[in-house]
Amino acid sequence: MKTKIFQNEGFTSFLSSLAAIVAGLLVGLIILFVSNSKDAIPAFVMILKGGFEDGSRGLAQVIYFAIPIIMTGLSVGFAFKTGLFNIGASGQFKMGAFVAIYIGVKWSSVPAEIHWLVALLGAMVAGAVWGSGPGILKAFFNVNEVITSIMMNYIGMYLVNMSIVKTIYDSLKNQTKPVLKSAFLPKAGMDKLFNTSNISIGIFIVILAVIVIYIILQKTTFGYELKACGSNREASRYAGINEKRSIILSMLIAGALSGLGGGLLYLSGSGKYIHVLDELAPEGFSGISVALLGMSHPIGIFLSGLFIAHLEVGGFNIQLYNYVPEIIDMIISVIIYCGAFALLFKQIIKKLITKPVIDTDNKDNVEPVPLLISGADKVSVHDEANDVTRQEEDEK
Amino acid sequence: MSTVYFIAQQTMYFAIPLLIVALAGMFSERSGIVNIALEGIMIVGAFFGIGFINIYQKTMSGQTLLILAVLIAGLSGALFSLFHAFASINLKADQTISGTALNMFAPAFAIYTARMIQGVQQIQFIDTFYIRSVPILGDIPVLGPILFKNAYITTYIGLIIGLISWFVINRTRFGLRLRACGEHPQAADSVGINVYRIRYAGVIISGVLAGIGGLAFVVPTSTNFNATVAGYGFLALAVLIFGQWRTNKIFAAAFFFGVMKTFASAYSGIPFLKGLPISNEVYKMIPYIATLIVLTFSSKNSQAPRAEGIPYDKGSR
Repeated sequence: MKTKIFQNEGFTSFLSSLAAIVAGLLVGLIILFVSNSKDAIPAFVMILKGGFEDGSRGLAQVIYFAIPIIMTGLSVGFAFKTGLFNIGASGQFKMGAFVAIYIGVKWSSVPAEIHWLVALLGAMVAGAVWGSGPGILKAFFNVNEVITSIMMNYIGMYLVNMSIVKTIYDSLKNQTKPVLKSAFLPKAGMDKLFNTSNISIGIFIVILAVIVIYIILQKTTFGYELKACGSNREASRYAGINEKRSIILSMLIAGALSGLGGGLLYLSGSGKYIHVLDELAPEGFSGISVALLGMSHPIGIFLSGLFIAHLEVGGFNIQLYNYVPEIIDMIISVIIYCGAFALLFKQIIKKLITKPVIDTDNKDNVEPVPLLISGADKVSVHDEANDVTRQEEDEK
Repeated sequence: MSTVYFIAQQTMYFAIPLLIVALAGMFSERSGIVNIALEGIMIVGAFFGIGFINIYQKTMSGQTLLILAVLIAGLSGALFSLFHAFASINLKADQTISGTALNMFAPAFAIYTARMIQGVQQIQFIDTFYIRSVPILGDIPVLGPILFKNAYITTYIGLIIGLISWFVINRTRFGLRLRACGEHPQAADSVGINVYRIRYAGVIISGVLAGIGGLAFVVPTSTNFNATVAGYGFLALAVLIFGQWRTNKIFAAAFFFGVMKTFASAYSGIPFLKGLPISNEVYKMIPYIATLIVLTFSSKNSQAPRAEGIPYDKGSR
């Protein structure tokens, strides 16, 4: 019974993610101690408590932080699954945000009940257009999508700044004009439930997006084609998949997700505006971390987005002890860095569980005897191969 | 003519850091390790370099201080890049993931440390490095004003790095081995080259250069370091791909982008551009749009190192 759980690939992945998180938090604790040992422990506890510090308001704050980064995380993760690196989530996010605000400010003739919905759709379309650019260039001209996405980030940022100044500019505050009330996402009574204005039905839209992406990737032929294209372009072309179409659609969907994230953040009615600054939207880059931590799986991304938002709320709170909130970014980066060792963690976990009997006197020559699970077989064979080559080297 | 000189001098400020950092990327990628962490390494290099200047500017000044800072920047970049090397070479981790982690760590570290030590995140420095005119060389007609006036010593360091890189990659035994490890590590291994060691060398050189590049970007363009290099690491990545991983093409690509960037940021100082009724943002977009267009027509045959991004496993076959 016990062995069955440990054989499960998902379970070992989960354990290795957990190990990475523990490592990241430990580094965070060390940094806290080095910078100011007196308040390190209470500050660390505060980080761990994160969104639970402030009752329902804290939870609402976590959700508010999580919404945009889950969306950009989904965007990056979806592209990862289809073999593309969408580093352009930032530009797509900003385009979506701008179009959402533009519709929210200008399109007062739209019926009030669906104003927010139209604005969100507009954001999705804007993001999709911006995302499909690198897709088209990759499909037809073989241009590396990483570099085109980077270029599109900057072009999008300047385009948005220019468009804001020409259309919906509040020159006094150097930012966008406030969105009409009808374009705010409906609260559906959640603001009273959580006792704060930061929350709306946005989180349900995010959950819907997570489910849709999960179904597309796992349950449809279309998703299967996209993934096949990601793992081997030539093979999927041989199998009759239109690989150009797949690449463009992957980027288009990824872009739409980021764009929707932009719309959701700026229509949430929390008093957030786009400032006219030469600054890329940081949410796009957080999305990369969220996707990596969530192993590009839609549900993993949802959880990792909430987790990172939870830590960020904690990071905000530790300013009480005169610590700088950037420590959270350091913790997250260590978690991601350790997450990159997933393979190593998995092997260690498997070894710990199986406890192979090793002749300690003659370690190098004896093949470890796998006791419990078949998976250990592979590991030990692999090790043996390594050992043999190492020996050969020594002999040289 | 003075306009041409002005453009040339401005171009140096933008092109040289790009050149150095794109070459940094080249050393790593041609050994087979994708280095998306250039941005983070630049920030670490600039942080320690500027930090050094900030501490020692009371006792030292001028070129000695800057050259020492360049060494510090290179050293700190090298140490930081070791994390990437360890993850991607020894642990065979996904190179994009470890690069992303480094990119995220660097600015957070710079902000955190600066604010914990001095309260604000900007690190100030006094610019005592500006060279109005290099003695003798500055008086050469045409070439003098282009290269040897209104310059920083980082410009010459960058050009020298460019020449040395070309030589090392194309004309030395080490360069040949580095390229072999990026194209076909199994083949390289079979003739007795230690792939792991060569790849370590590639990433460490990359770290040194990216660290220097970070400092070379901040010194001419600012008087404080604000924990950012304005996306230059990513732009350098673009220059690297644009330059097809080849030294001479990277050189051309960096200067192409540098000239475009100069038009974008200094167009008000260029008489024939100033009069045009075009918005500020359009000029800023030009470098990126131009790169996109050029790439569209030049990417059909990508010459990326073949084994790039694939961890080398001795046991695999």
